[in-house]
Amino acid sequence: MEAMVSDYSQYAWLIPLFPLLAFLVLTAWGRQMQELGSYVSIIAVFVSFVLSLLVWLERLGGSIDDYTWADTDWMKMGGFSLHMGFEVNNLNALMLVIVTLVSLLVNIYSRGYMHGDDRITVFFSYVSLFTFSMLGLVISENILMLYIFWELVGVCSFLLVGFWYYKPEARAAAKKAFIVTRVGDVGLFIGILLLFWYMPDHALDFASIHNALAGGKIPGAAITAIAILIFVGAAGKSGQFPLHTWLPDAMEGPTPISALIHAATMVAAGVYLVARTFDIFTASPAAMTVVAVIGGFTAIFAATIGIAQYDIKRVLAYSTVSQLGYMMMALGLGAYTAGIFHLFTHAFFKALLFLGAGSVIHAVDTQDIRQMGGLGRQMKITTWTFAIGALALAGIVPFSGFWSKDAILSAAYHTNQPLFWVGLAAAFFTAFYMARLFFLVFTGRSRTIVQAHESPGTMTFPLIVLAVLAVLTGFVFTPFNPWLGTWLTGQPAEEKASFVVMILSTVAGLAGIGAGWLLYGKTFTGADPLQKKLPAIHQVLNRKYYVDELYEAMIVKPLRGLGNLLHLLDDGVVDGIVRLFAKAGFGVGRLGLGLQNGNIQTYGLVTLLGLVVLAVLFVGGRLIYAG
Amino acid sequence: MATVITPYLTLGAILFCIGLYGALSKKSAVIVLLSVELMLNAVNLNLIAFSKMGAKPALAGQIFSLFNITIAAAEVAVGIAILIMLYRNKGTADIDQMDSMKR
Repeated sequence: MEAMVSDYSQYAWLIPLFPLLAFLVLTAWGRQMQELGSYVSIIAVFVSFVLSLLVWLERLGGSIDDYTWADTDWMKMGGFSLHMGFEVNNLNALMLVIVTLVSLLVNIYSRGYMHGDDRITVFFSYVSLFTFSMLGLVISENILMLYIFWELVGVCSFLLVGFWYYKPEARAAAKKAFIVTRVGDVGLFIGILLLFWYMPDHALDFASIHNALAGGKIPGAAITAIAILIFVGAAGKSGQFPLHTWLPDAMEGPTPISALIHAATMVAAGVYLVARTFDIFTASPAAMTVVAVIGGFTAIFAATIGIAQYDIKRVLAYSTVSQLGYMMMALGLGAYTAGIFHLFTHAFFKALLFLGAGSVIHAVDTQDIRQMGGLGRQMKITTWTFAIGALALAGIVPFSGFWSKDAILSAAYHTNQPLFWVGLAAAFFTAFYMARLFFLVFTGRSRTIVQAHESPGTMTFPLIVLAVLAVLTGFVFTPFNPWLGTWLTGQPAEEKASFVVMILSTVAGLAGIGAGWLLYGKTFTGADPLQKKLPAIHQVLNRKYYVDELYEAMIVKPLRGLGNLLHLLDDGVVDGIVRLFAKAGFGVGRLGLGLQNGNIQTYGLVTLLGLVVLAVLFVGGRLIYAG
Repeated sequence: MATVITPYLTLGAILFCIGLYGALSKKSAVIVLLSVELMLNAVNLNLIAFSKMGAKPALAGQIFSLFNITIAAAEVAVGIAILIMLYRNKGTADIDQMDSMKR
């Protein structure tokens, strides 16, 4: 089929604008609108979703040209000018649908979850701003524009994590999120600068990057440096080791935004960035190895922490870090489609799990799973949808997670065996902590303080939609039907149907669930068996391998000390000099004061001295010449 | 001996400096007035010396010095009168105590 020009892609620039409009409306009139403000946000996102769906469905045919519009000259310096514009290709279109759909469901859910909060319109305005930023990031045409939106989503994350700002933990978590991702962003910015330096014509748009790398115009060492720096930025945003510490703390924010930002969209921005600049990575095998190794390490690192956490949201947060590690590992191994596919499925089942957790928290008023139990009896819809999400995450056939994880693991099996075993171990732990979570929360004796009841329709409807998606989205890329691969990369894709991998991953998943059932199922007495049998290991895992404490000692304390030192310097030296000048002026004044003593003989003396000076000035010159 | 003007001017200058020193540094107001008189007399000397031995000898210098003597006398009279009033009000003739114009 010939490549066709698309009809809808040229209107793609409207997609981010509706949430932006909602943000402006809610900021201006939110206080008067109160709970009606939620409808503004929901309608705006819905319109964006419809448009994204149109753009995407049109591209499903398979051969629409990439659409780029970059005619706005934003900045001109000498011979170089920076363009702003947008680009729509198959990857973008998919991301647009993911972001708008999850955002729409979260908006609907938030109407129920945030009901009664007196800053609800502020919340919706921030969510709309975030949706705008994320959509803008997705359709960015050049990497600098992406960076601008990258920072914007960071700001929105900060605002939303610290939404309940009167809680000191929320304030601290918001600052931590922003600062840690900022560290990554510095790396990204340096990467962009290097790219600017080396690119022919200093062009920064993705099409030019693709062409420059295909033409081999950038020296190899520079490519590796740029790729690693871009990955540093992606690691910050996507919570890879060692910049992962902000994500679990970001759970202080309201649960709907944990679902939206820290599960489905913003943290996926890192993976998306690597995918967008994939040409740079493929040109540098060293960088690919770095990405794959860090991804794999993060996957197992976070999974082991997850098995010892007692806060329902923190378990899911570490799960997110771990799954993002899988995605990075996939991209690092060259399995572009597998990584994006896992992003696609993960967005839905992780958002489902978080919204389900929110439903639970809404019902029992606590986040500690030791104070939950037996909720399956009272909260049927939540339980069933959560179970579907958990099975998808654990990678059980035929749910979506199985197919996407299988794609990643088979890529690892064929290219890098050690990483395959790491991935498999992480899959075991994933299944284990999800089973632990499920059994502790939904089965067994009730340990709750309040009587639980099912959540309202606005909250259960998104759960059902996401559960359906968690089941169905897996079938777009299976070994028997690699449609997604062909559609995304434009090249025919085949996924070898490796039964070894499928069987091993299923065994790992079932083993994890079985272990969870044994330890936390029927026989659970109220005390954590893992803590009883392996207290030292449990302690280390519970304290997250003491990474936060390490950062506190290595980075935070010295910086604080430096800050105090500089403060002393500022107070003592700089302010001291200013005070010195003041005292000098004062002193001169004091001197002059001595002349004003009311004593006429002093005045006479001063007059005489003045006369002498004048005489010398007028006459002295002539004396010098005469002499 | 009478053709060189320098000794007369020197004497005038010395007397003037002594008078200036006294006017600026003596504690007693009467002595200050005395010193002012001394300064005026030194000026008189200068005037007469220039009248006789200056560049253009004329009688004007001597006439002017007569005026000067008169004025000095009048001024001393007024000065003593002010001093007596000051002494009556302040109880002392010490100039250092007369600093009510300070600040």
